[in-house]
Amino acid sequence: MIGPYDDYALARAVEIKEAQGGTVTALNVGLIETEPSLRKALAIGADDAIRVDAEPTDAYFVATQIAEIARKNNYDMIFMGRESSDYNGGQVHGMVGEMLNIPSLSPVMKVDVDGNVATINREIEGGKEYIEASLPLVLGCQEPIAEWKIPNMRGIMSARSKPLLVVAPVAQDNLTESGRYELLPARSGCKFVDASEAEKLIELLKNEAKVL
Amino acid sequence: MAILIFVETADGELRGSSLEAVGYGAELAKQLGTQATALVLGTSVAGDKLAKIGNYGISRVLQVSDERLNQGIIQAYSNTLGQIVSSEGIDTVIFAKSSLGDAVAARLAVKMQAGLASNITELPLSVAGGVLQLKRSVYTGKAFQITELKTPNKILALKKNAFAPIPTSDLATVESITVSLSDVDFGAKILKTDKVTGELLLPEADKVVSGGRGLKGPENWGIVLDLAKALGAATGCSKPVSDLDWRPHHEHVGQTGVKVSPNLYIAIGISGAIQHLAGVSASKCIVVINKDADAPFFKAADYGIVGDAFEILPRLTKALRAL
Repeated sequence: MIGPYDDYALARAVEIKEAQGGTVTALNVGLIETEPSLRKALAIGADDAIRVDAEPTDAYFVATQIAEIARKNNYDMIFMGRESSDYNGGQVHGMVGEMLNIPSLSPVMKVDVDGNVATINREIEGGKEYIEASLPLVLGCQEPIAEWKIPNMRGIMSARSKPLLVVAPVAQDNLTESGRYELLPARSGCKFVDASEAEKLIELLKNEAKVL
Repeated sequence: MAILIFVETADGELRGSSLEAVGYGAELAKQLGTQATALVLGTSVAGDKLAKIGNYGISRVLQVSDERLNQGIIQAYSNTLGQIVSSEGIDTVIFAKSSLGDAVAARLAVKMQAGLASNITELPLSVAGGVLQLKRSVYTGKAFQITELKTPNKILALKKNAFAPIPTSDLATVESITVSLSDVDFGAKILKTDKVTGELLLPEADKVVSGGRGLKGPENWGIVLDLAKALGAATGCSKPVSDLDWRPHHEHVGQTGVKVSPNLYIAIGISGAIQHLAGVSASKCIVVINKDADAPFFKAADYGIVGDAFEILPRLTKALRAL
């Protein structure tokens, strides 16, 4: 499936295309089982799709593949989610920007384009920044940049005939190695304080939990 | 080997999460038998405050006194760090998690060909043979993963509360360092910033008080703010509350909002949807106040009160003030 943040990114890219022209390419680094996601992106409004046929083993590997495709195709804007919903690394957009030596901005809540200039709202701690930057650039997107798009029947039908190119990856070693998983330590259960003696909570937080 | 800690500033102050990172870096340097240096960009923080970075266990602070760096421009920052890493012979860089730190770390990883581990939750499990075994928060706080960095250069991005330094009165010496930046580095221009000031920010807070739809409307937030103030806590909210514009978007705690890991998280009138729990499960102690005894949030809580927030909150605030 398409990651939630990536769905926002795709939706905004399609909106900009529909309003201003141009084309949208959907790109994924993944094995053949990810193709339904690319078909969905085509159904939502992408014009063509590229799948780099490789297991996405770490952020650096994925960024290397995206940068390689971008160098060949000279995209004006590269949209992606601010982070994946599994590893939450939030690294790929910055890495691609650096590899291409163009600005990378994330997390982006709003983007508009006028000619060669994009205006962007980027969320920062406690507020947002208003940024102006020339294309090309890389954006890591989050809500409320656009509403998710649900493919309609016409989109689904037309997606079947849109081009989906499969390319081999370029060589790149992993720079990180993912090991075992651990679950969060279990909480020992909820201790209830009666509402009639709510003040007792403060005493428990101070003397038992020691967080005050 | 040598460690560099990137110290962020905000409103003329050093950020608390960066000072945790300084403490983490100093401790890691001890474990590895190497030196740790802190780096501050721009001129917005006064020299005496910079010297106090020494309170957190390091003795040397580098400052790039270029006023253009008073704004956090991602490309300019990453190019500055890239130059300093090479001139200072740094192989390990430590960042605190933030909207700026994350963005700069990713670009720096490319310059350094460094393995980058983000959302680190504690000191390395092992540093044997120069390989760092790091515990990271993944699946939006629902699990941990152990990541190994074997590359000669490494970047560590820390989650809030990865380390709790005990400040001393030691001061650091502050040295000025220059780098060469061009207009291209400042290509993305920050036209303006809209930011709350004088408020404790969610990602920095040791304590967080969040409100949900159970509070019935934005006009009722006074009791939440009062409790937060008495606790010295930041205020957060659930997604419906920020979607309804009762509270600003930057207060949204959860899977697609801010993920917090404070010592104390108090949820008021929040039922505990899985998307909200994902953003708070790393909190040390969770308190839930809800009038619905069946609210799923109680299952994830350490302490709970079933009852009317409008009656309970003012009493808690009063009890806190009496401490």
